[in-house]
Amino acid sequence: MAKSNASALPKVKNTMSWKNSFKRDWQLYLLLAFPVLMVILFSYAAYPGLRMVFMDYKPAKGYDGSAWVGMETFVKIFKDKDFHRALRNSVVFNLLDLLIGFPMPIILALILNELRFPRFKKVSQTVLYLPHFLSWAVIGSVAYTMFRPSTGLANIALMNLGVIKEGIPFLTEKWHWAVSYLLIGVWQTMGWGTIIYLAAITGISGELYEAAMIDGANRWKRMWHITLPGIKGTVVTMLIMNLGRIMGSNLERLTAFENSQVKDFQYQLAVYIYEKGLQNGKFSMSTAVNLFQSLVGVMLVLVADRVAKKLGEEGLL
Amino acid sequence: MAKKSVEVVRGAEMSSPDGSRAISRFRVSDLVMIIFVTVLCATCVVPFLHVAAKSISGDSYVIAKNIYFWPKGINFEAYKSIFKDGTLVYAMGYSVVVTVIFTILGLLVCTCAAYPLSKKRLKGKTFFTFILMVPMYFTAGIIPSYLLMKDLNLLDNMWVLVWPLIYSPYNMLIMKTFLQSNIPDSLEESAFLDGASNIQILTKIVVPLSKPIIATLSLFYAVGRWNSYADNMYYIKTDKLKLVNYKLYQMVASASEAQSATLSEAAAVTSTPEVLQAACIMFVTLPIICLYPFAQKYFVKGAMIGAVKG
Repeated sequence: MAKSNASALPKVKNTMSWKNSFKRDWQLYLLLAFPVLMVILFSYAAYPGLRMVFMDYKPAKGYDGSAWVGMETFVKIFKDKDFHRALRNSVVFNLLDLLIGFPMPIILALILNELRFPRFKKVSQTVLYLPHFLSWAVIGSVAYTMFRPSTGLANIALMNLGVIKEGIPFLTEKWHWAVSYLLIGVWQTMGWGTIIYLAAITGISGELYEAAMIDGANRWKRMWHITLPGIKGTVVTMLIMNLGRIMGSNLERLTAFENSQVKDFQYQLAVYIYEKGLQNGKFSMSTAVNLFQSLVGVMLVLVADRVAKKLGEEGLL
Repeated sequence: MAKKSVEVVRGAEMSSPDGSRAISRFRVSDLVMIIFVTVLCATCVVPFLHVAAKSISGDSYVIAKNIYFWPKGINFEAYKSIFKDGTLVYAMGYSVVVTVIFTILGLLVCTCAAYPLSKKRLKGKTFFTFILMVPMYFTAGIIPSYLLMKDLNLLDNMWVLVWPLIYSPYNMLIMKTFLQSNIPDSLEESAFLDGASNIQILTKIVVPLSKPIIATLSLFYAVGRWNSYADNMYYIKTDKLKLVNYKLYQMVASASEAQSATLSEAAAVTSTPEVLQAACIMFVTLPIICLYPFAQKYFVKGAMIGAVKG
């Protein structure tokens, strides 16, 4: 797509000297100063703080007063039971998220593309995008309203129908919670995720479909042999981007579905980092886990990108 | 059901509903797909209908578990107590102010970054792009950021909700892509030859031509700020400085087990906790739902530009 054009552009060598270029474009550099100042002040200035992973950082003593301990923090983390649990939960839940959450927008996009009535298509798209615009606080509170064991709508309806006698603890028992958590996650992202695939589908030439139809290919064959190969590049790009999130999870999403009965599964790396760090004051450990998490994420993206390129796809970087 | 059968009949009559991919007959697969999409759409609408119905229903009907999608014993007591209590109303007003400030400053930063970087001739462009993109892939993490905010004296301060997130690499990329593909170089060159300075070109030519992308990005900024509250959890302790979504989260977090909303004692007397909570959810959600139908098309445009760029 457009990305390939950008990387295929011939490199124009800028032969002008710095002095002349600055003379002509000083106003542009002045404009750039604002965002550059912002990233330096709020992103880069925080990087030196990462040195605390090699320290036993005590908030009262600060960076200068705390002792250097080398790799001890990492040793401590990899022995920490809480960390094992958080890591296991993060990997399992994010893999499951990927497994059911990734194909869903593709399937939905294929179906939306095949819908016969333009108006119905438009309205349903508008409705399906809605969850993307709601905060996790809203989604969580609505979910509790729907799924509480005794007063939730789903349970009331099922009980009135006589399907069940006692309310199902959709959000208050860990195995039920796992399913609800995953499905609500899929529900939140599926509609918005279709946009990118629908955009890719419009880029497929109509002649291909006409030719296939003349050859007698039915709808499913056309979907399988034309539409899917047509969006393969986009699918691979999205997959690479999603692989980077295998480690990280959304703290807002996790805390919105928090309760004491589901702590076993809800305790993921994002929660570990937040609770150990800001609530229990174990700054070094929290930061080390955070660093571990982002490094693994970056590495996964790089590896996935390599693999995709080996397989003859465009890749991301 | 009746509506669906009407659609089936109409579908059978239409010979080619979507031009290129026309198949003349309405098949079972069409029906299956329509039902599938309708069910998914229902999951997006039904929960909110229920919460809305609950929020204006009479207490006795709610306690009797008699409310589905239509309110019974309509009254607005719960909303009245929200206004009487005032904390949510205050938080709403405060959130609007923070969101507006954030959006204006965000657009300013975004333009300042995207316009120079959209110029091929700019020397050092690769360097600046690199500097401005790294934070998208690698951040220092919660604790170093927290200590940084402490050093900057921003903890428990309204501006901590504004400054750190103001520069968004993603939004910058969208704007840059738009400028590169929609503003012809020749236009600026002729202005340059007429003696206009870079900033004059930006304010007199580029910005007026970029209205659609500015609309899209301002919505990205506004909804992003409105909905996210993780930074409230990290940096804010004072109640008055919390955004309304975080307030709602706190109410639900404390209510998820005890099944009671916590506005204040006085407010809780007039309505049952459940009705009150439903009203609180609706109160926080309504601004987004009202804005959404109008704003939606701008969002899709922005997402498309962002998608193409990867």
